[in-house]
Parts: sequence; structure tokens; C-alpha cells
Amino acid sequence: MSDRPNRKPETGAFFARDRVWHPPGLTPGYKTSVLRSPQKALLSLDGTLSEITGPVFGHSILGERDNDLIHNFAKPGESAIGERIIVHGRVLDERARPVPGALLEFWQANAGGRYRHKKESYLAPLDPNFGGCGRTITDQDGCYAFRTVKPGPYPWPNGVNDWRPAHIHFSVFGHGFAQRLITQMYFEGDPMIWKCPIVQTIPDRAAVEQLVAALDWGNTIPMDARAYKFDIVLRGRRSTLFENRMEGN
Amino acid sequence: MVQSLGYLKESPSQTAGPYVHIGLTPNHADIRGVYDTDLGAVMVNDKTLGRRITITGRVLDGTGTPLKDALLEIWQADAAGLYNSPSELRGSADPNFTGWGRCATDGVTGEYRFDTIKPGRVPFRDGRPMAPHISVWIVARGINLGLNTRLYFADEEAANAEDPVLARIEHRVRVPTLIAAGEGDHYRFDIHLQGERETVFFDI
Repeated sequence: MSDRPNRKPETGAFFARDRVWHPPGLTPGYKTSVLRSPQKALLSLDGTLSEITGPVFGHSILGERDNDLIHNFAKPGESAIGERIIVHGRVLDERARPVPGALLEFWQANAGGRYRHKKESYLAPLDPNFGGCGRTITDQDGCYAFRTVKPGPYPWPNGVNDWRPAHIHFSVFGHGFAQRLITQMYFEGDPMIWKCPIVQTIPDRAAVEQLVAALDWGNTIPMDARAYKFDIVLRGRRSTLFENRMEGN
Repeated sequence: MVQSLGYLKESPSQTAGPYVHIGLTPNHADIRGVYDTDLGAVMVNDKTLGRRITITGRVLDGTGTPLKDALLEIWQADAAGLYNSPSELRGSADPNFTGWGRCATDGVTGEYRFDTIKPGRVPFRDGRPMAPHISVWIVARGINLGLNTRLYFADEEAANAEDPVLARIEHRVRVPTLIAAGEGDHYRFDIHLQGERETVFFDI
């Protein structure tokens, strides 16, 4: 956590989270949420140092193939099976400013919709050359990119016949612990997005559309890989000009 | 008409799902050879300043059943009360302490474990000292948006009594849900997602 972004660190508290835009805790259509959602009101807390600070990860933690899921688990000379894609975009905050130095971690099923996990029971086969995890850190402009194969949809035990649309999970660190976010990316044009009980936990259709990556023809590499563009927005923070701090804080 | 603020909306959260370990603790999930180690597995080294402590516990659902597929992250100050973060402007934190840890709950027992140090005190927004505490973030299948709580220490009675965050809890019977019981250097902190003993979660 040594190589820090070159600009002056910001110390303002974060904008209040819009909890109507996010899914509520209790969403009975997604059955597991019923016993795992808090029932009492959350205690509101305007950010203290414990919330506005957060760990920062240097590029030194990254291996050469961390952002290449086609090869990072494959045997030498081999590669994962599936539709080759590049996923790229920017991490911004609610003020539309880029977030440099943001650690992104992603995980997904293989091209057949099978996860490499001991609790996974779908009959689709594992790909011996696909692990399903990767990570990268945004550059000074907040940009990131990685290569992977397009994940397949898969069935899951919720309703009798529920299927997840193709998706990639994202975990994002901003600059403060209060910005911590996990979400999922979906693919433009997938009709299954609108049938999924997990997608349906999000009340607003416009919020769902914020998670649908667009096919990016311009950045598609001929004879190699199609590109999808997926921007991620983290919470914004107040300018320090608005922070009336006592001495010593 | 007025000018547009030009603000964006935060990306909506989606559950971490049952396979969060593939992405965040792949070695723990038996996906070997991609990363040398799982991030956040080690918080201290032999030069870290402060009193070594261990924190263990479980995350329990509304029936009292421990979650075997949850993931916790913790964030805390060093022994002097400084955060290892660029936003920490009061001084330089202990370079031998990351302040950040990540642990999956055990797939059989549901137990988590952090080997860390007892944090120092950090000032509240108005400068009053907060009691030593650790920020905790919980994600899992069935949790649509990560849950934030705080761990305080049972052996800090005087500091806890004047902590400005604990003071804001209207229903005093709920305060103990944030306090880890200690025996020697081992603290125990169970998180209840629902029920009579539901942990106080924060909208931070």
C-alpha cells in the first residue's frame, strides 16, 4: 500500500447513499435474502475518519496475467474456451470525477455457465484452462481493462426454473471504506436480464440499465476479441471546503 | 431552468453471491496458481507495533444458523490511532500494519478469524476521541448490499461509555451487539443478521 495516487488526497465525507436506488435488504423473490436481511433500521452515521479513509493498493500487488482470465489459469500454450471479450471502462465517482488507483476484482462462470467452486452442482463441465478470477487497478484517468471469455447463463435453486443471465461479478475499492461496493455486470441485449430474481431486487429499471455493459464496436479487435464497456460509479464525497473540522481532526 | 448538477448515480449493488470466494479469496477456494496469496489474509508482521489480538466469530441468520458462505472485511487504525490510508493527514501510520483484513467464514463451521492488533483511539468528527473500534463489512449470498457495523472491545468500558457513536444508539439494550467479549488476547464477535439480538448496522 505504498505507491499512492499523485494528487492531493481528499478527506471530505461521502455523499449519503441513495438506498432507494440500491436493492433493499429484504427481497422475497430472492429467497435467501429473507433470513439474511436486517429487520431493524440502520443507524445513520455521517462519515468519521474510520469511514472516509480506506486501504489503497499499489500496482506492485498485480501479476502480469491478473487481468487476463483467458490465460491466468491455463496450462502453458493453452487458453480458456469461449467467446473472447475485452471488458473495459472507467471508475468514476458521483461527481463524475475519475477514481485512480481503484482495485477491481472480478469473478465469473466459464463459457458453459459453470463456476469452479466445490459447492457448485450444475452439470455443465469445468474448463480445465479457466479459473474464473482476475483483478486490476485503475490508472490515473480511472480506466481499467481485462480480457476474459463471455460467461454462460446458469440455473440456480431459487424458483423452480430460475436462471441467471450471463454476468461478471465486480468488487470495487475506492479511496474510502464507505465506498466499498460489490455489483454485477450484465451484457447488452440479453433477454434473461429481465427474468432474473437477483436483477429484480433493484427497484428502478434505470438502475438496472446502469449495470448493463454496452457492446463497444470501436474497441473490438478484429479477428481477436469483442469489447464491452462497463463504467462503474462509486459514491462522491464532499469538498473539504464544506468540512467544518475542529482542530486536530 | 437551472444548471444541471451533473452528478452521476452510484452503481447499484448486487449480492456477492455464493461464489464470492472465487474472486476475493481464490486460494481459500482451491483456485491455486493465479495469485500467490489471498489479499487481506495477513495484516501484521513481526515488526508491527501494538498488542496482538485474535478476533473470531460467526455471522448468524434469522434462525441462528451460521453463514458458511459469507465474507468479512475489517478496517482499523494502528496502535497509535492512525489509518494506513492516503486520506490520513494526521501523521504516518505504522508501515508494518495494513489496517485491512479479509476473511471468508469457514465452509463447515461458519467461523471467521482475524489476527490483528488492538487499534488506538481515533477522533470523532468534532474531535472527541472515539473508543477503540474496528469497522466491519459483511457480504454474502442473500445480502443485497454489503452491511456495515463496528466492533468495540469489552475491556474498554470507560472509553466505550464516552464514545460518540455508541452514544447515538437510542435503544441501549442494543449496544452490547457491538461489543466483542474478551478473554486475554482473544475476542469473540458474533454478528446477528436478524432477531432479538440483531447487530446494529450502520448507514455510513
